[in-house]
Amino acid sequence: MVMTESKLQEGTPMTALALSAKIKAGKVKVEDVVRQQLEVIKKEDATYHCYITVWEEEALKRAREVQAEIDAGQYADSPLAGVPIAIKDNICTKGQRTTCASKMLENFRPPYNAEVIDRLEAAGAVILGKVNMDEFAMGSTTETSYFGITKNPHGVEYVPGGSSGGAAAAVAAGEAVVALGSDTGGSIRQPSSFCGVTGIKPTYGTVSRYGLIAYASSLDQIGPIGNTVADCASVLEVIAGHDAKDSTSVPTESYSYTSALVNDVKGKKIGIPKGYLGKGLEEEVKTAILRAAKVLEEQGAIVEEFDLDIVDLAIPAYYVLASAEASSNLSRYDGVKYGYRTPDFESLQELYKKTRSEGFGQEVKRRMMIGAFVLSSGYYDAYYNKALRVKALIKEGFDRAFEKYDVILGPTAPTTALKIGENLADPLKMYLGDIYTVSVNLAGLPAISLPCGKDSKGLPIGLQLIGKPFGDKDIIQVAYTFEQNDTV
Amino acid sequence: MKAYETVIGLEVHVELATKTKIFCGCTTEFGGAPNTHCCPVCTGMPGTLPVLNKKVVEFAVAAGLATNCTITQNCKFDRKNYFYPDLPKAYQVSQLYLPICRDGGIEIDVNGVKKVIGIHEIHMEEDAGKLVHDEWDDCTLVDYNRCGVPLIEIVSDPDMRSAEEVIAYLEKLKLILQYLGVSDCKMQEGSLRADVNLSVREMGASEFGTRTEMKNLNSFKAIARAIEGERKRQIEVIEYGKKIVQETRRWDDNKDTSFAMRSKEDAQDYRYFPEPDLVPIEISDAWLEEVRQRQPELRDEKMARYEKEYDIPEYDAALITSSKNVADLFEATVAICKKPKEVSNWLMVETMRLLKEHEMEPENIAFSPENLAKLIALIEAGSINRTVAKEVFEVVFTDNIDPESYVKEKGLLMVNDEGALRKTIEEIVAANPQSVEDYHNGKTKAMGFLVGQTMKAMKGKADPGMINQIVMELLQ
Amino acid sequence: MKITDETITYVAALAKLDLSEEEKDRAKTDLENIISYMDTMNEIDTSNVEPMSHAFPMKNVFREDVVTNGADRENLLCNAPVQKEGCFIVPKTVE
Repeated sequence: MVMTESKLQEGTPMTALALSAKIKAGKVKVEDVVRQQLEVIKKEDATYHCYITVWEEEALKRAREVQAEIDAGQYADSPLAGVPIAIKDNICTKGQRTTCASKMLENFRPPYNAEVIDRLEAAGAVILGKVNMDEFAMGSTTETSYFGITKNPHGVEYVPGGSSGGAAAAVAAGEAVVALGSDTGGSIRQPSSFCGVTGIKPTYGTVSRYGLIAYASSLDQIGPIGNTVADCASVLEVIAGHDAKDSTSVPTESYSYTSALVNDVKGKKIGIPKGYLGKGLEEEVKTAILRAAKVLEEQGAIVEEFDLDIVDLAIPAYYVLASAEASSNLSRYDGVKYGYRTPDFESLQELYKKTRSEGFGQEVKRRMMIGAFVLSSGYYDAYYNKALRVKALIKEGFDRAFEKYDVILGPTAPTTALKIGENLADPLKMYLGDIYTVSVNLAGLPAISLPCGKDSKGLPIGLQLIGKPFGDKDIIQVAYTFEQNDTV
Repeated sequence: MKAYETVIGLEVHVELATKTKIFCGCTTEFGGAPNTHCCPVCTGMPGTLPVLNKKVVEFAVAAGLATNCTITQNCKFDRKNYFYPDLPKAYQVSQLYLPICRDGGIEIDVNGVKKVIGIHEIHMEEDAGKLVHDEWDDCTLVDYNRCGVPLIEIVSDPDMRSAEEVIAYLEKLKLILQYLGVSDCKMQEGSLRADVNLSVREMGASEFGTRTEMKNLNSFKAIARAIEGERKRQIEVIEYGKKIVQETRRWDDNKDTSFAMRSKEDAQDYRYFPEPDLVPIEISDAWLEEVRQRQPELRDEKMARYEKEYDIPEYDAALITSSKNVADLFEATVAICKKPKEVSNWLMVETMRLLKEHEMEPENIAFSPENLAKLIALIEAGSINRTVAKEVFEVVFTDNIDPESYVKEKGLLMVNDEGALRKTIEEIVAANPQSVEDYHNGKTKAMGFLVGQTMKAMKGKADPGMINQIVMELLQ
Repeated sequence: MKITDETITYVAALAKLDLSEEEKDRAKTDLENIISYMDTMNEIDTSNVEPMSHAFPMKNVFREDVVTNGADRENLLCNAPVQKEGCFIVPKTVE
C-alpha cells in the first residue's frame, strides 16, 4: 500500500482524508496503518531525524483502541479517525516527555495534555511521537535543537527550515501523514515552504495555546502541516475552537474550515505587496510566485500589486517583542520545579546561573539577553514600546489592504532551503529570512504556505496566502483552488 | 538637636477573600499540607495559562469605591520579572501601568483631630509562595500553596506623620475591607501585610528626606515600634552628619531593631511589560454601578442603625462595630435571642476581656452566635446564675462548646428546688448562731455571711435572690 | 547602539546567565548588530500611535470564583529534580 513508501519515492502521498475514508470503509485496519507508519519512521528517520521521541508502543495500543471505537460506530464525523499524526515537541503530552528540543526539558513529562492533544484524541487521531524543532522554537532551521539537526527530505545537505522543521520534514518524508507545528514568526509556514508541504498558521486566538510551551505568548499559534490543503483544513477543524483555559482564545461563529474547500476564486480580490517582490527575493522564487498568481487569475481572481507599508520594520519589531516575551517566559526554567538542574552549586544564585547557562543553547541565551535588554530600565520606551507602536502601524497597514483585498499573496520565504550551517553563524542574517512571515504574527492574521513549484536545485518553493483576521476560510479556499488547478 | 518631622507612606498588601486563586481554580484556604493547594497554572508549569477570577476585579473595585478612588475603567495586567524561589514563573502578574484604582483617600481621627490620608493607587496582583528554612539540611523548602492567592496592594501617599496616624489609617482601612467582605485582614495569617516607607526631614523643610522601606511587620504593635525605631535611627544618622541610604530594611520585633536586607545580587530592574496571556479589563459604567449598588453597609451606617434599631447606646454601638466580626456576631445573636442589650454586654465586657487575656484580635473570635444565644437563654430561664454563666462563657469563647449540654454535663444547673435549698440554709443558720445573734444586734453584714456560706455549700448553683429571701425569712 | 561590556554583564545578570569571556565577546558583537538593526524602527515616526499589545480588541475574559482543583501534589512534584517533605528544595535563602 501507499503508506510503505515515502512521498518522495512514491510521488503522490496518502492524504489523511483518503486514509481515514479507507479505514472507515474497513479496507485497512488502524493498527496496520500505524505499524507501517512506524516502519517508515524506522527506515527514514536515521536519515532525516525528524523525531525526538517515537511512541511506538503507545501508538499501536492507541491504534487498537481507535479501531475498536470505529468498529463500535464512533468517530463517524471525524476526518482524522485512525490517522497517524506527529506533534511538535513544544506541545505538552501528558506523561510523555515534551522537550522543546532543549537540554533544559530533556526529561520533562507534563502532567497534563495541551488542549489540542485532547481534541486530537477525541477525534481518534493516533499520535506517532514528538518531532524535532529549534530549541524553544527559536530559529528558522531546526539547527538549534539539542537533539541534533533534522535534514530536508528534498536534499539532506539542506535544512528543513524551522522552527517546526521536524514536523514539516516528517510529513514530506512520509514519516507522518499530518503534523502539528507552532508558528510565532513563520515557524509553520517557512519549514512547510522548504519541505514542499502545506502548513497553516491560523488567526491568533483560533487554536488554544493551553499546553503549548510559550516562546512569545502574543504571537504563538498552533497549526497543521500536511500534504494537502484539505488535510490541513481537516486538522484545523479538529484542533480549533474556543477554550476557557486560554484567555486569548477567541470564540468565532464557525470552525467548519473544510466547508471552504471549494474550487472557485471567481471575483476574489488578491493583492500582492510590491515590497514582497523586492530586494532579497530570489529570482526563481519570484517567478514561481508570479506564476502562481497567474494560475489564480486564470481561475477568475482579480490580482493586483499594491503598496503595503513598512514591511521592513516588521522584523525589528518582531524580534524586540518576541525576545522580550521569551526572556520572561523562559525565566521559569531555573532547576527548581522541573527540568535540568546543575549538579554542582553552592548558593541559590549559582543554582540559577549554572542551571540556565548549561541547560540552554546559544540562540535561546541570545534572545533572552536581547529580551532583557529591550525591557531594561531606560530602554523600554525606545525598544519595547516602540515595537508595540510599529506593530500597531503594521496592523493598520493590513487593515487598509483588507479593505480592498480578500487575500494577500506573496512568497513564504525569500529563498528555498538553505544549506546546513549556512545561517547559523550570523543570527541577524537568519532573522532577515523571516521578512514575509513575521508581520502576519504581529497582526495576528491567518496565513497558509503551500508548494508552488521547485527551483533549479529541485528545492520546493512556498506560496504564502494571508487572510484578514478570522478569514482562515478565505485563504483555505484560494489555496485549495490553486492546488486543484496548478498543473506544474 | 533640631526638630524633625517624620514622613510615612504605607504599602498595604491585602489577600482577598475569594474562594479561589486569582488565575486558577485552586482554593485560597490558609495553611494545608505543603503544595496541596496548587495546580500546574499557579505553579507556572510550562504551557499553562492564567484566566482571571472575576471576583478579584469586583473586590478591587469595591475597595476602590469605599476608599474614594477613581476606578480605571480600562485597566490591564503587567508582568514584574525577578528570580526568587517563591515565584515559580519568575514573574509576578501585577499592575504597573494602569492600576485598577487611583487617587483616593480615607479620613482618620487621632485624638479628635481629623485628617485625610491620600491613597495613590490600588492594584491587583498574585501572592507568592512560602519558603521554610530547614535547619537540619541547611536548605530551604518551597511551598506554593499561597502562590496565586489574589492580593490588592494599597499604596498610600506619604501623608502620615506619626505612628498614631499610621495605626489609625491601618485600623480604618482594615475595618473598611472587613466590612466590604473583601478580606478577613488577619495579620497573623498574613492576609494583611504593611510595608512602611519612612523618611525624616527638618521641621519646615519642603523636600522629603531619603526614605527607607521596612518589611516583616507582623502586628500593629510591631509597626508602631518599628516606626519609632526607624525614626530615631534616621535622626541619629543625620545628626551624625551622615546620609540616609535608600534601602529595604527588615524589622526584627524580638530585637526591637531593623537590619538592612542584604542588597540582592543584582540591581532591581523588574522589566515590567504588559502580560500577553491576559486581555484588558473594561469596567463599564453599568458594571461599576452594579458593584456600587452591592456595596454593603459600612461602619458609620451600621452604628447609626444599631442605635436606632436595637436601642443600644452610642458607646455600645461604637465598640461593637469596631470589628466586622463582632458586629456580625452581634446581629446574628440578636436575631436568635432578641436581646440586644444583653448580647451587647456579653460582647463588650466578657468578650473584650477574654480577647485581651488571650492576646487575640476580634477577627479571631471563633464562637458561634447560636452558643452565645443559648447561654443568654439559660440565664434568662434562671437555669444558671451570672457567676456560673461567666465561667461557662469562658469555655464557649475558647472551645465554642454548646452551653446547654455543657452545664448539664458539668452539673452546673441551678438548684431551683426550694425545699432542698431551705434545708441547707436551715443547717447553715443552725451552725452559725453567732451570725444570727450579730444580725439581731443590728450587724446586717452577718446576713451576707450566711448567704455566702449557702452559695458555697450549693457550689454556686443556687439563685441568689431565692437564697436571700429564705435567709431573711429564717432570721426573722 | 553601542553595546558595552557593562551592558553585557548587566543583561546576563538579568537573564541569570553565566557567560565565559568568549561568549561575552560574541554576545557583544551579536547584540550590537541586532540592537542596531532594531534601531531602524526609529526611521518611522510613531508619536501619534498607541502601543498595541494585542492584535485585536479582546477584553473581559473571566472565570467564576469556583474551586475546580483538588490536591495533586504527586503530579506537581513528579518533575522536580529534588524534593523533600512534599516541597521543592533550594539552597538556603535566608541570610
